[in-house]
Formats: sequence, C-alpha cells, structure tokens
Amino acid sequence: MQVTIKIFRFNPEKDTRHHYETYTLEAAPTDRVLDLLESVKGYHDGTLSFRRSCAHGICGSDALRINGRNRLACKVLVSEVGDKITVEPLIGLKIIKDLIVDMDPFFDNFKKVLPYFINESPLPADGRERLQSPEDRERFDDTTKCILCAACTTSCPSFWSNDDYLGPSAIVNAHRFIFDTRDSAANDRLAVLNDMFGVYRCHTIFNCTEACPREIQVTKAIGEIKRAILLGKIK
Amino acid sequence: MNNIHQYDVVVVGAGGAGLMAGLYASRTAKTAVISKLYPTRSHTGTAQGGVGAALGNEEEDHPEWHTFDSVKGSDYLGDQDAIEFMCEEAVTAVYELEHMGLPFSRTPEGRIAQRPFGGHTNNETGKPVSRACYAADRTGHMILQTLYQQCIKNDVKFYDEFQVLDLLLHKGTTAGIVAVELATGELHVFHAKAVIFATGGHGRIWEITSNAYAYTGDGCAVALRRGIPLEDMEFFQFHPTGIYKLGILITEGVRGEGGVLINGRGERFMTKYAPKVKDLASRDVICRAMYLEMRDGLGIDGKNYLYMDVRPETVNKYAAIDGRTNPDGSPYVVSDEKILSKLPDIVDFCRTYLGVDPVTQPMPVQPTAHYTMGGIPTNKFGEVVIDSRNKVMPGFYAAGEVACVSVHGANRLGTNSLLDIIVFGKYAGLRAAEYANHTDFPPLSDEVLDFTNQQLNALRNSTGKENVFTIGAEMKSVMFDKVGVFRTREGMTEALDKVRELQQRIKHVRLTDSGRIFNTELLNAWELGNLLDLAEVVTVSALNRKESRGGHAREDFPQRDDKKWLKHTLVWQRHGRLEIDYKPVIITRFQPKERVY
Repeated sequence: MQVTIKIFRFNPEKDTRHHYETYTLEAAPTDRVLDLLESVKGYHDGTLSFRRSCAHGICGSDALRINGRNRLACKVLVSEVGDKITVEPLIGLKIIKDLIVDMDPFFDNFKKVLPYFINESPLPADGRERLQSPEDRERFDDTTKCILCAACTTSCPSFWSNDDYLGPSAIVNAHRFIFDTRDSAANDRLAVLNDMFGVYRCHTIFNCTEACPREIQVTKAIGEIKRAILLGKIK
Repeated sequence: MNNIHQYDVVVVGAGGAGLMAGLYASRTAKTAVISKLYPTRSHTGTAQGGVGAALGNEEEDHPEWHTFDSVKGSDYLGDQDAIEFMCEEAVTAVYELEHMGLPFSRTPEGRIAQRPFGGHTNNETGKPVSRACYAADRTGHMILQTLYQQCIKNDVKFYDEFQVLDLLLHKGTTAGIVAVELATGELHVFHAKAVIFATGGHGRIWEITSNAYAYTGDGCAVALRRGIPLEDMEFFQFHPTGIYKLGILITEGVRGEGGVLINGRGERFMTKYAPKVKDLASRDVICRAMYLEMRDGLGIDGKNYLYMDVRPETVNKYAAIDGRTNPDGSPYVVSDEKILSKLPDIVDFCRTYLGVDPVTQPMPVQPTAHYTMGGIPTNKFGEVVIDSRNKVMPGFYAAGEVACVSVHGANRLGTNSLLDIIVFGKYAGLRAAEYANHTDFPPLSDEVLDFTNQQLNALRNSTGKENVFTIGAEMKSVMFDKVGVFRTREGMTEALDKVRELQQRIKHVRLTDSGRIFNTELLNAWELGNLLDLAEVVTVSALNRKESRGGHAREDFPQRDDKKWLKHTLVWQRHGRLEIDYKPVIITRFQPKERVY
C-alpha cells in the first residue's frame, strides 16, 4: 500500500522556524512507523534526524507525536494509523533538530524524586535476599515497567504550562519505591511530591495513562500517592 | 582544543556492564561513564528471561553444576577458570542486585523466583533445573533500571549521547578515548589512565536480529583499528525464537514455563534432536534442529518459520507426558493467568506486532541473530589480553558482550549474558580503579584527533553515489544467508567477497547532511563501516575454523575436532589486512566429551 507521511522538520543550523515535509512511500500494513522513518532517512532524505534503538518498545528512545498522540514509533503499525501519518516531536521539551527534543529537563525531574532504593538497615545475616511476599511484590509491579520514554509527561497539560512540574513519569518512579515494602525512604519521597510542583499539579486528565506505551495506570499511581500524603500512611 | 577532560577511569557504554563498572570504579577513582544512548536506552534493558545463579531457591542446585553446564554449553571452548569464577560469583552478584532493590519475582516463601532455562541441568538427573533468577520477562529492564538508579544515588558522572570514535594509546598503554558529542557534533578527548569498553555487540551485521539499532560493534571496531586482536569472532549466537521476519526476541523463558516448538505437521520435533531436555536444549542445538525441519519442508505451510506454542492446553499436555512436577511434587499445570503473569511482555509483543494472542494461538518464530560470543579478549578480571600468551595491555579493560573472557566459548547458555555483565562489569571496574590509583596519566600526543578526523572526513568528503542503507542491506542479507546458522566454505567465500566489495563501496558513499548537530547520517555511516569490518573478521575467522562447534556449524566439516581446533581464534588488522593466530583453551576440571542433550 502507499502511505503519505508528513514529518515535522527543523534544522537549527539553517532554519529560523520549523516546517513540514511530506513523503510518499510503499509500506506494508505490518510496518512500524519507525520503519517508515528509517525508509525516509535511507532513501529520501538522509538529514532527517530522530532517536531510536531497540525498535520494539523497551528502550524508550522513539516517543513521538503520531497523528496527534504520544506513541513509540516502533510500537505503532501502519495498519493502526492508516495511510496518512503525521509525525511530530514531543511537546513541552525544547526541539533540538527535527524529531529530537532536549531530554535533560525530563531526566532532571526524574532525579528529584530519589528514584533509587534506600534501606540502610542491616542486610540479612546470611547475606541472602531481603524477603518479600509475592503479594507485596505485586503491589508496585505496574510502576516498575516504566521505560522513561517521556510519552506521559509530555502529554500532560500541567507539564506544558510549567516544566517545573515533576510530571507523571517522575511520580510513577517515586511510586515504584514508595510502595516497595523493602524500601525505607517513602516519607522523604512523599515530602518531595507534596511540594507545589508535586502531585497536586495533576488534575486527573488521564492523558498520561492513555499515552503510556507500557500501559501503566499512571493516573491511578498518582492518586495512590495523593492518598498516601493525605492519610499520612502507605497502603 | 577546548574539549579535554581528565578522568582516572573512563567507562564507554552504559548498559549493565558499563553501569556496574562505573559504580565500582567510582568508589575509589575519578570516573566518567560515556554512552551514545541515554543509559536507560541500552540494550541490556531488552533481556527478558533471567540471570543465572545457583541460589537453589526452587530446588537443589550448585555453582559446580552451573559451571559444568556452561562448559558443556560452550562446546568446551570456554575458559574453565573464568567460567568457574563467574558461576561462583553469580550467587553473591544476584544477592547484591537484590540488595540494590532489584524487584525480582518471588517464591511463595518470599525468595527470589527461579525458572528453568536451556542447557541448565541438575547434573545428577540430567533434567532441567530452575536456575534463572527472574523479574517476570523483564529481567534485563530491571537490572538496567536498578543499576542506573544506583548510579544516580552514588552520583556517578555521565556523558550521555557521547559516541566513542577512537581509543588513544601511548607506548602500549591506554591514554584515553575520543568521542563525539551528538548534540553539538564537537569532538571531545577523554584523557584517562584506564579505559573500560562496555559497548555491547554487533548483531546488526545480520538481517534478522533481536539486536538494537545501536548494536554496531563500535568497541570491537575501534579496538581492532588500534591493533587489539579480536577473539573467537566466528561464534555468534542465533536465538531459536525470534518473531517471524522481525527478529524480536521471544524469551527462552517461554520454554522454561513449558512452551514447546511445533513443526508444520503439528509435531513437537525437539524430541528427535534432544531426547532428554527437548525444548530446553542449548540454543545452537535448537536452531540447527529448526533449520533441518524447515529444510525438510516441515516449516509452517512449508515456509521458513515454526510455531512456539505456550497455550495452556499445549503446555499441560507435554508437561504431563514429560512427567514435569512442581517443587512440592504435584503435577505441573498452567493457566491463562499464569502465562500472562509470567510472560506479560511477550504477550504484549505478540499482540502488537503479530496480532496473535499467545494464550490462544501459537507464535510464528524463526532463528534470530542474537549474541556476540567473541570480542575483545580479556582475562577473568576484565583486563584486555593482546596475544596468544595472554599478555595484559596496561590500562585497557572490557566487559560484557564486547568482551571475550571467554565464558561463553562456542555457544552461550541463556541467562549467562546478564550474569556476565554484572560479574565482569564489577571486576573490570575494580581493577581499572586499582590500576589508575597506582599510575600516572600517560602523555597525550598533539595528534589525538587525527585518526578520528581522518575517518570522519573520508565519509564527509566522499563524492560518490553509494547509499548507506543499500550497502547495509546487502551486508545483512549475505551474512544472514551465508554466515548464519549453517555455513559452507563456498557460501562464506561468497560472503567474504561481498563484504570486501562493500568495504570498497562505502568509500564512495554520498552523505547529504553537512551539519554538526545530531548528524546521525554521518554516524550511521561510520557505524556501518564498523559492522563491515567486523563482518570481515567474523567471516575470515569462520572460514579458517574447519570444524563444527557450538554456534559455528559447517556442513563441509560437520564434526567437532578437538585435536586440531580446541583453541581460540585471534584476529588482528595489520596494514589493512587480517592476520590470524590461535591460543589454547584453559581447561581445569572438565575434559571435553561428546555433547548431547
């Protein structure tokens, strides 16, 4: 089948403002949108720039706006989006070149929520694992799936209006530790999230949940954190 | 020149091995980790099934059994001192990951859950043993995330989206690296006492592959051009279950959970090829069996794919035939929910890319290029060794898939790659820091950028009409057909001629992006040059080895020949030509014997 793909273009070394280029390609319904981008780069315009690596939805490199929705280009098939496809960079992060945005503010927010395991109590005397029941492990399973692709955060109107807002992804990663029974720093993280740029910027618009390519229940996770802050306890 | 940085230790690559090295080196030495991807984009994240360690949480197991299985899996080409070291360190290493917070799946007792994997056995009964420590089917993702989180906690210094282009040497010792900052196109010199390469593999040489776009063999190619040999490059692993045509990995954990491979006649064919462990034989054994089935017209509808069937009724039928039981002795039975909870990502991949639901339909699969067993030669401490007598090169270290310790020999066992990165990443980090703390900075020459500029300018200034993508496609096609699961002299000679033709043609490539900022066209062309150089090394090594062993299966030399070929290949690039030498395999406890599953 023939598809037309309209791509956002911006070359900071030449352009004063962005424009769109449209390419017509032969494609199969099972092709990924990423395959189309590769094909444009390979055979139509070598200057087209985008990030990609694993090409099957795990590395998180290629989150883009595809027909107006935040998706991973490697996880959307032509059969799903049809023969007219528009590809644009994520909103809310500075555009560096074509589809590449500056990810540093996103990772800076991530780092603010103490996104690492904290437990200074002594390890088991036998040197083996800290025990955790399958039920306790299940409690935070959903938020361990995050691949830091930024699809959620850059779909959030609160983040668009103020990028000091930590954003859904950072909160998801805080959730992953707050609800891990082995971790001991939940209160420190809740304090970060109780800040004016924390969870209360979330107005439960659910864009993030819809955008997540890992199908994490993002809004639910944020709600659980709000509840933990209000009640002063985790459960 | 402005961009000169000085660090005691520079780690190149931020997957599992690089992050582990960075964590350990930064404890005692000023360390930087540079990576062409943001660390969490690294290919470690795509590993699925588990990390091997004889914890014995599900049933009796011992590091000695793990050692023997790995030696046997390697088709006796692995160095046994290193394998024994890795398998003994495995237990501590996995507990260490848990202590860092890694969210492993759990047994009912709250311990780290384990599952069976190909080639891992109870050495007394010969039956599969649960040794793969897992977090659903996202074990690599959890390892990568956990290590990156710990690096943040410990304030490890990162240079994200910096791509290595050259290794700097001074009188036989290591002096640093050159890298390009993708966002600006500027070259940076990292002056260092010790350099650790943890850059991953080069599966992008082959058409059907599970490997990321980033897997272009940069570390091996850079080292090769600086006179470092590459070891056992003919041994590249094909994984039996890639999604048909796409190559995306379907974890061996599917078979660990009881899934079976089915041919076009609806038969479970692995009983013919590995009567004892069947679908849990080593990967090389299964790939060959699949090719033989398909060659006999027994692919699905006569085509070049087979079915991976993990539907509960299939699993339960064959588990009953095999007499498989749970740890408590009750019969092994799975439900839809159990498959979903243990293999959520596999279910997701199949639904996304195939429109197939693995709980109700079988998955179409074919062997996919998966893992680099060969690489930069090291000893068991990650120190690079550069000749047939294992002479250590001061200040240069390698760990993970880029390295050849060799713990995988001619064929790697599943779960041993995640183990490799955490054990040898750690030791490379420790050794590099120790070395750096007792060494002065070697001087940098004035010409540090010359070799890099020479390579980039050749691409930039080329005036030909060749297309990078076309050259890449031709390489992938011929390498998959002729230097894949089965090989012959004739086919490999054809591949070598083709690769050499492409090496000439890439000199006449036409690039259209003359910019500096994120010039991915230029870097993709440079990466393709790496892949071509390594494809040549792979093919030359494979042509020279006139036997079949592990992942190197020659139809014209179908037997393993220990008399002539129980040795490691070493290849150097000297004056534009490849030179070959060999070095002995280290054998300690296990004399080679016939390998049957």
